[in-house]
Amino acid sequence: MLGRRGTLPLLVGPPLVWLALLFVAPLFLIVAYSLRPESGVVNPAEAWSPSLVQYGKVVGTPAFLRLLGVSTLVALGVAAAATLLAYPLAYFLAFRARSRATLFLALLLVPFAASYLLRVMAWKLILGPVGAVNSLLSAAGLISEPLDLLLYSRAAVVITLVYVSIPFAALPILASLQRIERSHLEAAADLGAGPWTRFRRVTLPLSLPGTLAAFFIVFIPTIGEYVTPTLIGGTGGIMYGNLIQDFFGRAGNWPLGAALALIMLVVTVVGVLVALRAIDLRRLAS
Amino acid sequence: MTAQRAARIGSRRRSAIGVGRTRLPLGAFYGAMLVLLYLPIAILFVFSFSTNARLSFPLEGFTLDRYADVLADPSLLGAARNSLIVGAAAATAGTALGTLVALATVRFRFRGRAVLLGLAVLPLIVPFAVMGVAIFLLLVSLDIPKSLLTVAMGHTVIAMPFATLIVLARLSGLDPALEEAAMDLGASYPMALRKVVVPLIGTALLSAWLTCFVVSFDEVALANFLVGGEPTFPVMLYGRLRFGGQLPVLIATAVLLMLASVTLILLALRLRRNP
Repeated sequence: MLGRRGTLPLLVGPPLVWLALLFVAPLFLIVAYSLRPESGVVNPAEAWSPSLVQYGKVVGTPAFLRLLGVSTLVALGVAAAATLLAYPLAYFLAFRARSRATLFLALLLVPFAASYLLRVMAWKLILGPVGAVNSLLSAAGLISEPLDLLLYSRAAVVITLVYVSIPFAALPILASLQRIERSHLEAAADLGAGPWTRFRRVTLPLSLPGTLAAFFIVFIPTIGEYVTPTLIGGTGGIMYGNLIQDFFGRAGNWPLGAALALIMLVVTVVGVLVALRAIDLRRLAS
Repeated sequence: MTAQRAARIGSRRRSAIGVGRTRLPLGAFYGAMLVLLYLPIAILFVFSFSTNARLSFPLEGFTLDRYADVLADPSLLGAARNSLIVGAAAATAGTALGTLVALATVRFRFRGRAVLLGLAVLPLIVPFAVMGVAIFLLLVSLDIPKSLLTVAMGHTVIAMPFATLIVLARLSGLDPALEEAAMDLGASYPMALRKVVVPLIGTALLSAWLTCFVVSFDEVALANFLVGGEPTFPVMLYGRLRFGGQLPVLIATAVLLMLASVTLILLALRLRRNP
């Protein structure tokens, strides 16, 4: 009969094999392919010797570096905006909605059931040249020509990305607010702290881990985005992710694409580590 | 003077009872955000009944033809079915693997415990474009043809962190004495897990499965790298949206899928309330 200890390999084995094969090995393959010297679609069986030529190409192409900067900035901005907008929502659900909190949370999450791509397209309809905003403005006689800057621009991409991210960002903030002991707030009130002081000295620090999680839940997918920029931004709104997608698609240059992908992964991981360091979660937890 | 102070303290006490009550109009903010979140969906809903060929104002006329077109378009229905299959497969595998990770890390102390948990959760910090490239290169290196199966494999990796965290949270609150009691009564450890632990964490398993399903069902950025000839619904949508055409039919399909998933979610909530 199988005892407790004897069961452990059965629990650890399947997920470990799965993750090693489909997560760890693939990440090492990115490193390997980025060190191949050739261009174009690669024959994996071909012999090769490692070289840094792809990284040289990335560093030597200002357009690549500019897009990396743009994607990082867009991701930072979108994550900050979504977190700022989601915080009051989560606060409302945690402290003000009371018995109706479940219903109000459900209402916030229902839009998830609608296709992401079509919600993105709906914004195109709102912001586009013949869209709702322009129709209203021209009907009101405020503009004679449609405002083109509302579509096929980076601003449209940013607005759309913030919109799709808000419910996502609200969830971890809500979880951290719900964990706050009400007695802490009452103690602060007994010690003479007003509502603003209580928020600044008690609620905000205690909800910081969840708020940070919200920021990264938005930042990480956004920095790699290529779908929304393609649909909304047009050629003027493309991001770094579009480069990677293109080199593994039509442009067909796998080693260069792998180098670009690895650089993005490093930027993301470094960002997460720096933030964890700065906030020092261990100090907050104790 | 003293009375004033007492009154001030009294008012503080009252505000302490209503902790969290601020004068900021948070309810109005919530309402405004809700309108903003539903506006695009409402617009899509309206357009699914319009005779407009393009997504532009003004609306021309009312029709139900789009919905008839959906049912007459085998490629749309096929793609929706593909997404259901991929979502169910990824959710099942992701929940099973995530549950194993949670069981091992909550119930055991062993070397490499932190590594296992870290690996299971780390896919969360890898952008989908990078993950897509990574698994694409694996398929190329092992000469595996791209198909719905490879999409499901990729989705399992990105769904696993959610399943792991959801089940882990539930397991940490469960007394290990329950399994020990089952084993004292003669059950093997796997049987104790199956007969005692799994039923007790059933709700968490269901919520993990649904979360994984939603993650997979609507995912396009990763799937785009791994899909073969048979598209999932988001992959087909992405292709058609880029090259234009048939937008109203696509919207009608999405509205039907949305109604189906909302029904599913409400059903799951109802089941949870009346077990």
